[in-house]
Amino acid sequence: MPQRANQTVLDVVTWIQRHAEPALAYRFACRVGVCGSCAMTVNGRPRWTCRTHVSRVARERRLRIEPLRNLPRLKDLAVDMTPFFEKWQRAQGRFTPTRTRAEPMAAVRPDSAPRRAADAGIECINCGVCHAACDVVGWDPDYLGPAALNRAWTLVNDVRDGDRHGVLKAASAGGGCHSCHTHGSCVEHCPVGINPTAGIAGLKRQSLLDLVGGGLP
Amino acid sequence: MTPVWLFLAQRLTALILAPLVIAHLAMILIVADGGLTAAEILARTRGSVGWGLFYGTFVLAAAIHGPIGLRNVIQEHTPWRGRSLDAAMLLLGGLLATLGGRAVVAVVGEP
Ligand code: SF4
Ligand code: SF4
Ligand code: FES
Repeated sequence: MPQRANQTVLDVVTWIQRHAEPALAYRFACRVGVCGSCAMTVNGRPRWTCRTHVSRVARERRLRIEPLRNLPRLKDLAVDMTPFFEKWQRAQGRFTPTRTRAEPMAAVRPDSAPRRAADAGIECINCGVCHAACDVVGWDPDYLGPAALNRAWTLVNDVRDGDRHGVLKAASAGGGCHSCHTHGSCVEHCPVGINPTAGIAGLKRQSLLDLVGGGLP
Repeated sequence: MTPVWLFLAQRLTALILAPLVIAHLAMILIVADGGLTAAEILARTRGSVGWGLFYGTFVLAAAIHGPIGLRNVIQEHTPWRGRSLDAAMLLLGGLLATLGGRAVVAVVGEP
């Protein structure tokens, strides 16, 4: 296939589908690193393919492109993300509102400690790269995984959330934050620079504090 | 037992075990080096409250720490889960405590 300057792995996959294998199944949407739908395994590592330049990852002009690990394959390069988002729900990774739209917006100080902790994890694009990079996810089907737990940590720190205790409980139940080995593979691979390991450590700490009565307000 | 309790118990027993293991190993080296006989060792340990506490704590901490860790490993690498696993681990903890307790009594108890 033709080699171009600044060619991305997603460009390669698209070229293959358009010119060589029209039935090739893969997923993408934004092509600019926002939607999180294009993750695949590239030369053995999970990556967002739309922002991964071929020149950076090709080894001796070779690329091996596979579907994401730790999720069931649907066809070719497309995996079923259902278990990923089910775990997201099991960790109660959803906002519980306390106000209606008729009420004024909550005032949250951007420099408060909880808000800063939440901000650190809020830019997750749900790409599943960390989920694929985590060995514990691969071993233990019950493990919620870095993305869901990172989301839970942002909610535990969101003072506007109406059920932060519920989130903490869900995230520290069996298969939750205490199953993490803290080896940081998720941090290493997250394309947007999130540190799920730190969030999970925060969940562990917070769940222990809760146990001894120094927990969430 | 919630995962949080198990996590806490495992970290706390790890904290207790770390210095005890080091002291235990250091003692073995010193004793072996000093060429003490079994009788000489027993003469020092029998009836000693200090040694009883040292090894009693050691056995208890190990009996708690080991099964929790093993349970994690089993859950990660096999499909075994739930009550039967918990029961097996409780049994293992009891076994470790019993066997260890017997050893402590043998070393510290008066004949
Ligand atoms: S630090 Fe925890 S969540 Fe991240 S890859 Fe390791 S086990 Fe998985
Ligand atoms: S934490 Fe990072 S790697 Fe994991 S899903 Fe979110 S953006 Fe992707
Ligand atoms: S296509 Fe949207 S992040 Fe890659």
